[in-house]
Amino acid sequence: MALLPSSVLAGCTGWQSAFDAQGASAISIKQLMVLMVVICSVVWALVIAVLIRALWRGREQVERSIGPDPVIERRTARVVVAAVTATVIVLAVFTVVSFFTTRALTLAGHDDLTIKVRGQQWWWGLEYLGPTPDERFETANEIHIPVGRNVRLQLEGIDVIHSLWVPGLAGKQDLIPGRRNELTLRAERPGAYRGQCSEFCGLQHAHMALLVIAEQQETFDQWMRSQRERATDPSDAEIAAGQQVFLSRPCAACHAIRGTSATGTNGPDLTHVGGRRYIAAGLLETTRGSLAAWISDPQTLKPGNNMPMVALSADELRSVSAYLASLK
Amino acid sequence: MKTRVVADFSGLPIHGFRSASVTWWGTLAFMLIEATGFALVIAVYLYLMNLAAIWPIDAPKPNLLPGTLVTVILLVSAIPNYLTSRWAEREDFRRIRIGMVLMSVLGTVPLAVRAFEFPALNVNWDSNAYGSVVWALLGLHTAHLITDLVDTLVLAALMFTRKGDNVRRFGDVQDNAMYWNFVVVTWLPIYGCIYWIPRL
Amino acid sequence: MSEVKPDTRDSELAPPALAAALAETWRTPVGLWGVLAAVDHKIIARRYIVTAFAFLALGGVLALLMRLQLAQPEARVLSPDRYNQIFTMHGTNMMFLFAVPVMEAMGVYLVPLMVGTRNIAFPRLNAFSYWIFLAGGALLWIAFVLDMAPDVGWFAYVPLSGPQYGAGKRADIWAQMITFTEIAALAVAVEIVVTVLKQRAPGMSLDRIPLFVWSMLVTSFVVIMAMPAIVFASTSLILDRLVGTHFFNPAEGGDVLLWQHLFWFFGHPEVYIIFLPAVGMVSAIIETFARRPVFGYLAMVMALIATSILAFGLWVHHMFVTGLPRLGQSFFTASSMSIAIPAGVQVFCWLATLWDGAPVFRTPLLFVIGFIVTFVIGGLTGVMVASVPFDTQVHDTYFVVAHFHYVLIGGAVFPLLGGIYYWFPKITGRMMSETLGKCSFWLIFVGFNLTFFPMHILGLAGMPRRIYTYQPDMPWYGLNMFVSISSLVLVAGFLVFFIDAIRSTRVGVSAAENPWDAPTLEWATASPPPSYNFAEIPVVNGLSPLWDQPGCLMVASGLRTDRRELIVSTVAAAKPQVREASPRDSIWPFWAAVATTVMLIGSIFTPWAVVWGSVPVAIALIGWFWPKATPEDES
Ligand code: HEA
Ligand code: HEA
Ligand code: HEC
Ligand code: CUA
Ligand SMILES: [Cu+2]
Repeated sequence: MALLPSSVLAGCTGWQSAFDAQGASAISIKQLMVLMVVICSVVWALVIAVLIRALWRGREQVERSIGPDPVIERRTARVVVAAVTATVIVLAVFTVVSFFTTRALTLAGHDDLTIKVRGQQWWWGLEYLGPTPDERFETANEIHIPVGRNVRLQLEGIDVIHSLWVPGLAGKQDLIPGRRNELTLRAERPGAYRGQCSEFCGLQHAHMALLVIAEQQETFDQWMRSQRERATDPSDAEIAAGQQVFLSRPCAACHAIRGTSATGTNGPDLTHVGGRRYIAAGLLETTRGSLAAWISDPQTLKPGNNMPMVALSADELRSVSAYLASLK
Repeated sequence: MKTRVVADFSGLPIHGFRSASVTWWGTLAFMLIEATGFALVIAVYLYLMNLAAIWPIDAPKPNLLPGTLVTVILLVSAIPNYLTSRWAEREDFRRIRIGMVLMSVLGTVPLAVRAFEFPALNVNWDSNAYGSVVWALLGLHTAHLITDLVDTLVLAALMFTRKGDNVRRFGDVQDNAMYWNFVVVTWLPIYGCIYWIPRL
Repeated sequence: MSEVKPDTRDSELAPPALAAALAETWRTPVGLWGVLAAVDHKIIARRYIVTAFAFLALGGVLALLMRLQLAQPEARVLSPDRYNQIFTMHGTNMMFLFAVPVMEAMGVYLVPLMVGTRNIAFPRLNAFSYWIFLAGGALLWIAFVLDMAPDVGWFAYVPLSGPQYGAGKRADIWAQMITFTEIAALAVAVEIVVTVLKQRAPGMSLDRIPLFVWSMLVTSFVVIMAMPAIVFASTSLILDRLVGTHFFNPAEGGDVLLWQHLFWFFGHPEVYIIFLPAVGMVSAIIETFARRPVFGYLAMVMALIATSILAFGLWVHHMFVTGLPRLGQSFFTASSMSIAIPAGVQVFCWLATLWDGAPVFRTPLLFVIGFIVTFVIGGLTGVMVASVPFDTQVHDTYFVVAHFHYVLIGGAVFPLLGGIYYWFPKITGRMMSETLGKCSFWLIFVGFNLTFFPMHILGLAGMPRRIYTYQPDMPWYGLNMFVSISSLVLVAGFLVFFIDAIRSTRVGVSAAENPWDAPTLEWATASPPPSYNFAEIPVVNGLSPLWDQPGCLMVASGLRTDRRELIVSTVAAAKPQVREASPRDSIWPFWAAVATTVMLIGSIFTPWAVVWGSVPVAIALIGWFWPKATPEDES
């Protein structure tokens, strides 16, 4: 326990780490965590010090004592009572501090943006709720938020329980079928924050990541506007061929691409898939090559996921991945 | 190790009744387990009720008649049950036999009426969560009725064999009577839960 | 020994003749029949302990497989499906087939000896309990071999384990395995409660009960109050899956969180069911090796009772991120924190005992010292996760995995291993090796900390639990590799322990009655004790009978030797009431267990198995209780 502080705290941050707190909630939780870890380390050190001293002392004695000396017993009792009292005080402090931290997290002010998050095996469906219905749009696995604003996530479990956790920004919250939960995020600094499903949800629980990208308001607004657009029309022949493949093959049964006849809802909305950093819930960085790899054999890359392998010829594969990569 | 004899227990009885008998305590412990179980299922009932917008969910209220009839029979059976236990304590073998026969009958009758209680719930176990939980409550209690009835029947049969006239068996009769009281008493909150809470 | 006439009293026989007469009366038959019909608590407990340790080894092998898979990013040692089965098996196996049964088994072995009686109450139920436990374990492991093992985690959350998403029979096997182990545990709990309350040696009033016995008594009450929740939960899960009830189906008025409430209402007390007996072992060991009675007996008993009561008021701390009202959860923060008070009381009293004692550094004490060092870490991380905001960051991460291995291994397995070293002579008649003991202690202690401490950091660095792999760009690779390598040190330690235990049963130094100069009654009889435990029933007038009157045991006479007799005494003052008979061996518990097994396994496939299966169960039970013409049935 005493090892935990400085060295490790500093050395072990990553982009999915509670140490690297950049969100309002995560920052206040981190303060609480540091406080508790430090106090607990002290408590542990004291216990061990007493233990060592007790063992060391005892070496001098040889006699068994069945009728311990009442004077010594009374003195020992006083020390034990004092230690228990100290314990009660420490626990009371912990309780009060966590109570106030909880309050600080719950009363985070009004929300500037609401996003519906649907957790499903094993990807995240996102729906940005605008003030009017035609400002709504769908996307997946990558949440963009404006820096310094409260963003409310409405969490829905579609099939089984999932849990949304972006440690750099906030603590986690479950997505439970039949219940509605909410989580408010606020990023204090721009950046990409990785998160991962943290409630066991079946075969590919390990590959159910998401990315939160916090950006300045202008950049964010621009992103919003572009996301509301329908998919760009094919700009060259190969891409047009790819669109044809997509629409004529089973793909369209599961995926929607706004602006085309593809309106499936079993899989992620692909309208702007080419603009997302990762595909398949954090599995691969988005490139033409990775799209092709994914489409040609999703079951090897992410065994058990809900996208079947669709047999495509080499040409079809090439064109469809070019098409998807073009959907920025 | 050397031993020093400091007491002589040769005068102690070789069988104890009630709190001097380990079976009595064992029965008590099992009753505690089962009572916890009943309490939990009732808690689940209330929990689900709390979540539901309307209660009962999509079903008429259960009919009162069969359940009430069972309640009356169970309450009435408590009297001969008490007497049988008293006779057992007094080691009155003839009366114990009568009591056991009586209790076998009074165990069978509520079970027969119980058969009509399930349809009177007016809901199936697979209709919705309300149906599931009332069937669970009734089923759990019925399981207890059946086990105690089997126990009573076996003991009654034993009373008519050579092995019947034995103080140990009389202790068993008492424990069985205690268990029947438990089956009767636990029925009351369940009855209230199944039949009256939806009418509140 | 037919020459012993009916109604022969022990006082009429000279010591050798007495021993012979008792041995004849309390004998367990040899051969297959004896194996199946035995009711001697020592025989049953030995089987239980050996079986549970076999499950520990199996569960440990599963842990190694997981560590192998996690040592590197995107490793392909195990498929995701197999990994999910393995961590589920590991958790389920360790909790339900190792930790709970092994603690109960230690109680079954030791409690009757410690309270000075000749057999546990309801010895046939005890035999039944073992067979049922064995069947449950076999069910789970056979399913694993057939690639049908549950894959939903040791708490099998719905809907993942429900009818819609839990395909095949995997979740049913999990649920039914639970039923088996719960029946077994409940049976043992009832036996221990009645043994402690009613079969204590004359004079062993409530304030003279050894702390280990207190801990088993309190644990047994926790079992009695907690297990019905999981029995109901697993039954309703099977019903949802098999006959279409809707307990957990939100579309039809059921509720997903209902499962979690039911599971954790049991699951939290469960961890104290594992921990409290360990605490009792620590007290027993500290007392003997610090060479003085435990400081603060009354405070220790109160702490046990307080823990057991509080244990029922904090299950929601496993559900802090399910979206229950935040401020209501603060109540569970407070209650979870408050359980650290009785824990603290116990730790401080042990420290005080060591401080004012004269510690002898033998292997059992080493394990207890290791226990204090590690358990306090686990307890403190428990206090951390009891804080709602803290928990929202670490729930379902390796931080929690670290917490519970610290409390489970540090807090329960360390005392258990110490307890095995301590009571091994009483169980087998031979001592374990001090050299190998110290060697295994250091390997386990060092290996354990190196394996599990880094998991705290992994959790804070964002690593969720129950992931079969992680990507190379996550910064967890180094630590995971380190953890996996360290687990080899840990396993080496366990291996040394296993080797020492197996070896010592044959070549260990023969043990005297009381090799450690310990104070409690189990050391007042031969090692291992004869089938009847005590030739004459001890009489107690102090907390440390063997220290109060060194070398001499006060006893009572007047019991019959031609039938199995023991003393039933009053609950509080332990005044003798009755010379009660204790049942003889019987094959019926075995048949009852076979019939129950058939019924329960059948009911995984069809509800009718319950109806038809209950007939043989009833027949076996009638056979069990039907009086036989033995002296024990006299009145
Ligand atoms: C033997 C088993 C055992 C024991 C003893 C404990 C003890 C405690 N546990 Fe633990 N726990 C588990 C086994 C155990 N636990 C398991 C298996 C899980 C995970 C289940 C799963 O998800 O798979 C779990 C999970 C778990 C959680 C849920 C975490 C999560 O899923 O997010 C929480 C939250 O509150 C918790 C809290 C506690 C607390 C407060 C204690 C307290 O009892 C600890 C008290 C002890 C001390 C505090 C140390 C001694 C005291 C002193 C030296 C005094 C000084 C102390 C202070 C001043 C603070 N435990
Ligand atoms: C008492 C309980 C207990 C014990 C002793 C252990 C012991 C160990 N556990 Fe366990 N663990 C749990 C209870 C326990 N665990 C629980 C409840 C879970 C949660 C499951 C879930 O999420 O559902 C869990 C989960 C868990 C995980 C997380 C998995 C995940 O979330 O994906 C990991 C990962 O490293 C792990 C590792 C280990 C290791 C390395 C050991 C080591 O200590 C093992 C040491 C090795 C041995 C004990 C065997 C040694 C003996 C031999 C090798 C001899 C073999 C040969 C013969 C003689 C036949 N455990
Ligand atoms: C039966 C339904 C189904 C069909 C048919 C299907 N997909 Fe998918 N697709 C899915 C699902 C479900 C996912 C999410 C998988 C995951 O991440 O676990 C997915 C993911 C994807 C992704 C990654 C999206 C992202 O944002 O991460 C791409 C690209 C994709 N599919 C393309 C295609 C193409 C091209 C075809 C046709 C050749 C196709 N899909 C056919 C269901 C389907
Ligand atoms: Cu979704 Cu884990
Ligand atoms: Cu808990």
